[in-house]
Amino acid sequence: MIDIKEEIQKRILVLDGAMGTMLQRYKFEEEDFRGERFKDWKSPLKGNNDLLSITQPKAVKEVHAAYYEAGADIVETNTFSGTTIAMADYGMEELVYELNYQSAKIAKEVADEFTAREPNKPRFVAGSIGPTNRTASMSPDVNDPGFRAVTFDELRIAYKQQVEALVDGGADILLVETIFDTLNAKAALFAIEEVKEEKGIDIPVMVSGTITDASGRTLSGQTVEAFLISISHIPILSVGFNCALGADQLKPYLSRLSKETEFFTSAHPNAGLPNAFGEYDQTPEEMQSLIESYLKDDLINIIGGCCGTTPDHIQLIAEVASKYEPRQINLAV
Amino acid sequence: MSKQHKYLTLSGLEPLIVTPESNFVNVGERTNVTGSRKFLRLIKEEKYDEALEVARHQVDGGAQIIDVNMDEGMLDGVYAMTKFLNLIAAEPDIARVPIMIDSSKWEIIEAGLKVVQGKCVVNSISLKGGEEEFIRQATLVKRYGAAVIVMAFDEDGQADNYERRVEICERSYNILVNQVKFPPQDIIFDPNIFPVATGMEEHRKNALDFFNATKWIRENLPYANVSGGVSNVSFSFRGNNAVREAMHSSFLYHAIKNGMNMGIVNPAMLEVYDEIPKDLLDHVEDVLLDRRDDATERLLDFAETVKGNKREDDTKKLEWRSEELQSRITHSLVKGIDEFILEDIEEARLSVDRPIQVIEGHLMTGMNVVGDLFGSGKMFLPQVVKSARVMKKAVAYLNPFIEAQKDGSSGAVGKILLATVKGDVHDIGKNIVGVVLACNNYEIIDLGVMVPPEKIIQAAIEEKVDAIGLSGLITPSLDEMVYLADQMEKNDLDIPLLIGGATTSRAHTAVKIEPKYSNTVVHVNDASRAVTVVGNLLQENNGDFKVQIREEYEKFREQFLTRGKRKEYISITEARKRKFQIDWNSFEPTKPNLEGVQVIHDQDLGELLPYIDWSPFFRSWDLHGKYPDILTDEVVGEQATSLFKDAQEMLEQVVSKKQLKAKAVFGIFPANMINDDDIEVNISKSPRAESRGLGLDERFIFRTLRQQLKKREGKPSFALADFIAPKETGKQDYIGSFCVSTGFGTQELAAKYEAAHDDYNSIMIKALADRLAEAYAEFLHEKIRKEYWSYSPEETLSNEELIKESYKGIRPAPGYPACPDHLEKETIWKLLNVKENIGVELTESLAMWPAASVSGYYFANPEARYFGLGKITEDQLKDYSKRKNIDLETARKWLNPNLTE
Repeated sequence: MIDIKEEIQKRILVLDGAMGTMLQRYKFEEEDFRGERFKDWKSPLKGNNDLLSITQPKAVKEVHAAYYEAGADIVETNTFSGTTIAMADYGMEELVYELNYQSAKIAKEVADEFTAREPNKPRFVAGSIGPTNRTASMSPDVNDPGFRAVTFDELRIAYKQQVEALVDGGADILLVETIFDTLNAKAALFAIEEVKEEKGIDIPVMVSGTITDASGRTLSGQTVEAFLISISHIPILSVGFNCALGADQLKPYLSRLSKETEFFTSAHPNAGLPNAFGEYDQTPEEMQSLIESYLKDDLINIIGGCCGTTPDHIQLIAEVASKYEPRQINLAV
Repeated sequence: MSKQHKYLTLSGLEPLIVTPESNFVNVGERTNVTGSRKFLRLIKEEKYDEALEVARHQVDGGAQIIDVNMDEGMLDGVYAMTKFLNLIAAEPDIARVPIMIDSSKWEIIEAGLKVVQGKCVVNSISLKGGEEEFIRQATLVKRYGAAVIVMAFDEDGQADNYERRVEICERSYNILVNQVKFPPQDIIFDPNIFPVATGMEEHRKNALDFFNATKWIRENLPYANVSGGVSNVSFSFRGNNAVREAMHSSFLYHAIKNGMNMGIVNPAMLEVYDEIPKDLLDHVEDVLLDRRDDATERLLDFAETVKGNKREDDTKKLEWRSEELQSRITHSLVKGIDEFILEDIEEARLSVDRPIQVIEGHLMTGMNVVGDLFGSGKMFLPQVVKSARVMKKAVAYLNPFIEAQKDGSSGAVGKILLATVKGDVHDIGKNIVGVVLACNNYEIIDLGVMVPPEKIIQAAIEEKVDAIGLSGLITPSLDEMVYLADQMEKNDLDIPLLIGGATTSRAHTAVKIEPKYSNTVVHVNDASRAVTVVGNLLQENNGDFKVQIREEYEKFREQFLTRGKRKEYISITEARKRKFQIDWNSFEPTKPNLEGVQVIHDQDLGELLPYIDWSPFFRSWDLHGKYPDILTDEVVGEQATSLFKDAQEMLEQVVSKKQLKAKAVFGIFPANMINDDDIEVNISKSPRAESRGLGLDERFIFRTLRQQLKKREGKPSFALADFIAPKETGKQDYIGSFCVSTGFGTQELAAKYEAAHDDYNSIMIKALADRLAEAYAEFLHEKIRKEYWSYSPEETLSNEELIKESYKGIRPAPGYPACPDHLEKETIWKLLNVKENIGVELTESLAMWPAASVSGYYFANPEARYFGLGKITEDQLKDYSKRKNIDLETARKWLNPNLTE
């Protein structure tokens, strides 16, 4: 197998764009989400996008293919909410292994087709590991700051199950992303280390935090530098940021990160900030020119898109990324 | 994080990186149930709110890490650790520092690791329970993402001599690094600090062995750190704090010298090393360093005398406390002592009918003494500001009582609005004026910095103020003030306007501001004059004073305008013909050692101290004279010395606790002069340009301005461009550019002092930050000359010579006489990516924020010199706007202060 650690030295790697935005175009209704298998499921399932990997695998594969076609080197599995903690909303905790396994498997199938077609541009699958819907270092109850809705161990066990399934299904990379709370991410990294040790494997790990607003901090209050220090204890392939901000708002934080770290860097920003209707309306051309400013400043090794980005965005990003050399890792004086 | 340096890195909400420059990381120790009875009681009684205050106090007091320990037989340690750390996570001002999870029980440590998002320190693990358990725990610590303290302890017990310390630490290190693959920089050894002077022969080398073991670890175990609990060493002197404090400080001094870089010390139990009396120090060090056989006996004998001395001193110092109440209050105010003021004020409050009478009576009586002393030149500004600090504290204490009586009258003699105008961030002078006026019983409405004109006018109307004071330091602020005067007129305000700040002048006020406003406009050049001027303006029959000012300014204006007309100017074309000529044929530009943009993220402040130019510091406090002569000056010497001492103390704290952060960005680039007055910077020829995707046509151009005042024949008309080789010469010349700042953290510190009603220290920190920024500029310039550009590698100059600018080459700054055009800062910002690289921003008036920042150019040519541009005429303005491609009115706005009338 071709090693991503070699590819990343040669060129800037392109990550895919939003999965949710693309699946919305199919306008799936409740019965589409349910499919034949879950037609009698006790709770409503519309909105459970991860489930579509089982009930609408063709659509999910089409989205993956569209991103590879647009020039992506890496697509993310459709597993952002694939933990027992997040699936509890649908009563689908039991299905977590299967969801992750299937999602990794179908993504890998698409990847292999493209790699066979273009052997000089090998394609990779990143197992997407989301933040869950609970935070381990913040209380959801303002009147009880010492309370926690989830513990480290609960997270660690849930993440471990997701990681095992993603690895078994064929993911080439694990991507711990959209980190609001660094303690959640540390639980995920802990679980990954356990799986690596038990399976005797060394799978590359990407870590991507989220700077929530102009305060320049994560939701749990850490600065860029503190976040970086907190997740640097295990060997990771890359560190970066995604979601919450558009490419221009994200840039100063990315610059700081890029300066401080000797890991490779990644970014997959949103297509701008949402407009008054909650829609992302930054055009592919606008985003391309913002991304080009990352490239000019030598900030990036892996670049892609988050909320609101489409294959059109990724295509223009891939075009411009191919014109630049990847970021070289060295620290300023 | 970084493979090259391998420093210990920790994090709370903010990072903590332990570099050789960190010197010593202080761990707060009061949140430890084994060390603090109070904390134990709070935890036992589940008073977590108060327990959090203990933690907050530690962090506020400068602890860079807080140690949390819940090891007590009666406590559920896992529960208490989890609960307390969860609560800390909800307090950003505590959670900003990393946590040290301290327990002898692994399950408590693990409970702590599961609730902290940052990178902690585990305190501690050791080989006490055998290798297998040690490896298991270390593997988990690594997986949780923490650093670890390793005790010098093994299966056979605790290391109590040099050899055992070395043996255990080496073995632990090898297991951690080779088997567990633990990052060596995340290992912190605690080689056991034991008491000395116990009277037992085997304890004689306890301190010395620790020092030597520390040295060995730092030399032989790469990247490992050393820590320890210092108070143990003085255990046998409990009850004699003078000796204990001296012992702690001497122990730390030697331990740090040998490489200890972290530790648990109670800052309240620490004497300043240089201030330990020589004889006491000798006795203490005889013991610590095991220098004499009878060291212990001698120290015990000596300790008795030390105890006595201290008590005697204290009683003498406090004699004034036995005087009657008013004398004590006056004494506190005049001397600026805040220690006893609240008890005295309480006594005064109980002695009167209405609390306001304490302000009008006791406090004003005291402040009148201060005012008289100040007026007669027997007290100086820094002392007055200290008095104000005490006054404010007293008033803050009384306010709730006054409110409770609903006694509306504040007793103030007038209300003054102060503001630094839009676009400007400098406020030291304004704050001093505010304090001095407040001392004289004026109520101050301080709107802060960067205040838009609408807000000033609105506040003036709403608050019904009696006068407005405007302040500004940079030249664009002058126009802001003119605009504001105009707006005040249009809004029908009818109160006096006071103008102050470094660039303001009587001339500008008289010529530009005064004609815009019908009420009185006065230029006030120093804080001490502000009281007199405001007093005169606000008295009932102020007519005479106002008329007098108006006439004075009118006369001044006439004189000024006629004098202005007598000056002659030459055209820009003519001026260019008379440019400064350098013989380029015989000049070989020095190719820099280092090209392209360079960033320094965390400059050691200690290195900057020798570069401080102190004279301007004293000037900012209205003490005039040259340093160091000012310290022995007949008139202000005593006060200057005292101010200097306070400044040194604060500096020491700022440096040791790294309370300010110094950053710099600079670059040296290929450049040539083009079209007479422009400097073309060709960054595509610098190595980083390509990686930034810049093509050959990417270039930056600095626009320089040329002197136009008519001079006698043969005298050149300078522009900065004259110092760079013209493109036609075919010689590749260079130009440098930089921005340094030491202002990161100033605002927070100043705000903290202000919240504590401590204007003295608030002003002090800002004044010091400004000095450090200038020092940094000087320091960096020297590095440029000697290393980075290296056009003057052999230079050896003293600090005095540096201040006199005796070096080769210059570093002019936009906004200053040689290049008064602030707009050029924008070019520097783009060229160096200043904002992204170090976070210094430009306000709309192009002032730098944080305020303690310096930016400018480097010119290396030995012929380069500082000059003042003076006035320029309309033809250069037009030419400049065309060259810079901005419209004429924009150009006029920015160059206004330099245009001829």
